[in-house]
Amino acid sequence: MTLNIAVCIKPVPDPDYYDKIQIHPKSKTLVREGIPTILNPVDKNAIEAGLQLKERFDGKVDLFSMAPPTAVEIIRQGLAMGADAAYLLSDRAFAGADTLATSYVLSLGLRKAGQYDLVLLGNESADGSTGQVPAQVGELLGFAHLTNVEEIEVETNMTAHVKTKTENGFIVYEIKLPAVLGVARTLNKPRYTSITGIMAVHKKPITTWGARDLEADPAKIGLMGSPTQPGEIFVPDINREGEELTGTPEEIADAIIKHLRAAGITLVEGSNAS
Amino acid sequence: MKIWVYAEQKADGLASVVAELLGEAGRLAQRNDEIGAVLIGNEVEGMAQEAISLGADRVYVAYDNNLKIYNNETYSRIFEYLVRREEPDIVLVGATSTGGDLAPTLAARLGTGLAAHCVELEINDDGNLVQIVPSFGGKVMAEILCPAHRPQMATIKPGVFEPSARKSIGSGEVVSVDVGEVLRNYQPQIEALEVHYRPPSGKPLEQAEVVVAGGWGIGCQEDWQLIEDLATVLDGAIGCTRPAVDEGWAAGEHMMIGTSGKTIKPKVYIGIGISGATHHLCGMKDAGTIISINKDSKATIFDMSDFKVVADFRKIVPLLIQKLQVN
Repeated sequence: MTLNIAVCIKPVPDPDYYDKIQIHPKSKTLVREGIPTILNPVDKNAIEAGLQLKERFDGKVDLFSMAPPTAVEIIRQGLAMGADAAYLLSDRAFAGADTLATSYVLSLGLRKAGQYDLVLLGNESADGSTGQVPAQVGELLGFAHLTNVEEIEVETNMTAHVKTKTENGFIVYEIKLPAVLGVARTLNKPRYTSITGIMAVHKKPITTWGARDLEADPAKIGLMGSPTQPGEIFVPDINREGEELTGTPEEIADAIIKHLRAAGITLVEGSNAS
Repeated sequence: MKIWVYAEQKADGLASVVAELLGEAGRLAQRNDEIGAVLIGNEVEGMAQEAISLGADRVYVAYDNNLKIYNNETYSRIFEYLVRREEPDIVLVGATSTGGDLAPTLAARLGTGLAAHCVELEINDDGNLVQIVPSFGGKVMAEILCPAHRPQMATIKPGVFEPSARKSIGSGEVVSVDVGEVLRNYQPQIEALEVHYRPPSGKPLEQAEVVVAGGWGIGCQEDWQLIEDLATVLDGAIGCTRPAVDEGWAAGEHMMIGTSGKTIKPKVYIGIGISGATHHLCGMKDAGTIISINKDSKATIFDMSDFKVVADFRKIVPLLIQKLQVN
């Protein structure tokens, strides 16, 4: 049995720098200068899952990303991990897309590129964190889909047993392929990129498709094609007028206890209380 | 206007977020607006009265043996059928594992917009729902509108909105929904086989008055015990940041606070060895009193703390535990 796998990936601003993001006072747009772009962390788990399945079943792992042309650098990281080919869906007309318009473009790219048995995505992106795209890609492709996936067992009869995590446990599903799965970080541990992997990247094809190549309906792409429309953005002020507690550890501990009480916490103090 | 809430159920009743969604629906509703609740499952009829006592004017109940375990194929189709029939203006869904799966599925089926993890909702002068959502881990807040499509859909994390006060006698109508046709009219691709419920150990984060949270700065499993002990003597809950889960110190992701974890509003939050990454701050910024212990005086979390302790927690926390222990 061969398994053709697609993995959708997203370049995101590095989450370690999110406290540096500002809003330009005049233009009211995001200022994210100097913030590096990385491959969305949980997307690596999706690529890893694809590669493991390919190693077991044969087939291929193709990457898809709807992103600006600069995303090629990030796509190469996925290819270096071991993916076979990549499709960059890039067009100015895609800009400002919400999750539905993004999912629409991804679904067009996936359909045009071929027939996939399994489409994997990171469950959510670090920047928007909506977690909406996996289910919406599934709906637009007409494939069955599951999210919060922490275990995938593909059977030879083109079904999969999938464990999805919930707040206090998990649910086990049997899902027929083709299917779309949004994977959680707990699914696996992404491999490190090998030197051979990096060397092989330049031989791997990256195909770029725009709105016209995809024959996208202009009414369904980009900001204009998005049901949700952004209004104002702002940086909330969460700072507090803080007081530093100083002194000996003993004095600090007593001060903390005093403030716990003042906050309305009932404390049961032992005989060691001063 | 019709404001709907997804009445998600747990093993033993409605999920806690339902009371919060109904509370918010009640706040948004004007005099002639109707608050609806959608209840899907098996043996959920009893929960309809609970939804009414929490403020629902009308509860749509869809029950069937095949609906026992959440399955996005069946649940989204039933919900879609109801939305097309009743045309609600707003649909609020809890951003839980199942709600976070159901909402985007439903939005895509309806071709409408969905705002994720809203922290504030308002109706503007045009009668549109203004949804405030966090992005970049909560560093930036953005207004989202869905002006040209209906319903306007939003997910909301548990713990964000105030739950509605329970009425002793609610007056509401229970509408039972015939799901037979909806469930017969498609080829099932997903079968829900089993559901496992692991009751959480310790106090639930969302309900604790005191939360003791630890992060990367704790450094090792042995010292993590101090976090757990302090939470125990304070009768509080244990929280954490991503590194504490990744390192295996914290029991699991259910303890994580922030964008990819829980939103909490305890009376007191004590952050220990936590530097204050944006993703974490987003989940605890509304705590009553914030106390932080970190040896790095430049830790971001100090900027938003009421009380700051620049010190090695190993010198302070054992003393605290000792003083608070019942001998």
